[in-house]
Amino acid sequence: MTTPLLKAENLQVAFAGVKAADGVNLEIAEGEFLAIIGPNGSGKTTFLNLCTGYIRPLAGEVFLDGRPITRLAPRTIARQGIARAFQIPQLFTDQRLIDNLMLAVAARRGIWDAFRPLDRRTHRDEAMQLLSMVGLEDVAEQSAATLPEGLRKLADIAIAFALKPRLLLLDEPTSGVSAIERFGLMETLMTALRQARVTALFVEHDMEVVERYADRVVVWDQGRVMADGKPDIVLKDPRVLQNVVGVA
Amino acid sequence: MPLLLLLAGLAVMAVLPLAVPWLQFTLTIALAKGLAALGVAVLLRAGLISIGHAMFFAIGAYATAFLMRDLAVTDFATLIVASTLISALSGLLFGAFLVRYRAIFFAMLNLAVSMVLFSLLAKLYGVTGGTDGIRVATPSVFGMALARPVFADVLYYGGLLLAGLVGFAVHRYLKSPLGAALSAIHTNEVRLEYLGVSAWSVLLVAYTLSATLAGLGGAIAAMAIGHVVPEFAFWTESGHIVLVAVLGGIGGVVGPFAGSIFLEVVQTLAVGFAADAWNLIIGLALIGVIFFLPRGLYGLMETRRRTSP
Repeated sequence: MTTPLLKAENLQVAFAGVKAADGVNLEIAEGEFLAIIGPNGSGKTTFLNLCTGYIRPLAGEVFLDGRPITRLAPRTIARQGIARAFQIPQLFTDQRLIDNLMLAVAARRGIWDAFRPLDRRTHRDEAMQLLSMVGLEDVAEQSAATLPEGLRKLADIAIAFALKPRLLLLDEPTSGVSAIERFGLMETLMTALRQARVTALFVEHDMEVVERYADRVVVWDQGRVMADGKPDIVLKDPRVLQNVVGVA
Repeated sequence: MPLLLLLAGLAVMAVLPLAVPWLQFTLTIALAKGLAALGVAVLLRAGLISIGHAMFFAIGAYATAFLMRDLAVTDFATLIVASTLISALSGLLFGAFLVRYRAIFFAMLNLAVSMVLFSLLAKLYGVTGGTDGIRVATPSVFGMALARPVFADVLYYGGLLLAGLVGFAVHRYLKSPLGAALSAIHTNEVRLEYLGVSAWSVLLVAYTLSATLAGLGGAIAAMAIGHVVPEFAFWTESGHIVLVAVLGGIGGVVGPFAGSIFLEVVQTLAVGFAADAWNLIIGLALIGVIFFLPRGLYGLMETRRRTSP
């Protein structure tokens, strides 16, 4: 039996007595596109925080390739191959968009370079490729602060992609993106993920997106996994339809 | 363009004492404090204000005095290199602890550590000379004993050369991935950590660099003045260095030097022509800069560059 790329074992977290993870067990296989759905406040983002070391569980373990990563810092986990795009885009807003991407590229290649410029051919070319991937090449020289929310979201995904991760965690990748561009973005993203052989876990509220792009869907409710399986089966489950799809 | 500005500034600084000889000492001190202010400006890039950086200025100055008095080191270059290295090591040591903190905690802890150093310098009379300080004799230059006025020329032009080289190196650093990561700490430290970069390490490099710059400034000041006193480490001096950095602007390496020269010249003139009101004049000058030049004197140069054809 092959080791899952990511494995969460009996994760437990509570905030002021409210359980955000209540004995969560979950595995993600290499190459899988896993969607997590669930009502607001059910603990989906908390799970991403646990997987990236942003918060530590009261109990339980997270394993990457069979090795525990539960107590590691986000930077260490990032270096081990887990990248993250955030629900609220996390950009360096006092810099141009291209600088954001070049810094992400430099972070992967090695930040300890104090004399050669950040803005050099190798960094710029790769940064432009990433921006082209999400259709942002035309706004590359703009300040990240001036971009509309939808474009910031795309930029955030491109930054996470710059790390060439093995596992990409996407927190609501299509929120803030217009309905027309949503599927275009997902197509581009999925193509890029497949080409780069990146495993992806995305938290999503849009059931059309989940149905079309996820290999597997996990339904979250009150810090627990309520259902887990193929989208065409799980999304027809009456409990899911009543508790999640209706709410989401 | 910032490099052209740096070269132009150096050229003006090189000829200025020839035209106005009495300015040379003022400009030497301005260079020394400009280096310390550049150190503070480096940390300001990360959004961190140190109100204790005079301690590294004092460490550089006292290192020069100790090396001359206790180890009989008299060579100018050796003194500069050794004092700067001692400051760098101090920065690394204190920085390892201090860069864990942010905002007001960082500022106040720097202040606290600098005041501990000030107290030690003032109280340990047997070692530091207490409030009397330590005399710094005129160093030799490559084995040659020089008269004080000749050495003053060597120190000024040597300091100017060093400021140019250091300014260039800091400019390169700020444009590098490491410099970009430093600025990124100010805007989004969480994202930086998620890129696999240790903000602590990035800041420690910046802190050590800033201490090195302040220490180099302190060594130059010790040789220029010929005496070191505990007041070098006093909190008002730290405030002065921050003031210089803000006044000059942190947009480019020329800014802190411009701020330092402006402040030293205004102070010298104000003391000469309005001895009772020089603090008032400096305060008004600062208010003027804050209101009309929020990016400091460097901002004025940037505006001129943008508007020029």
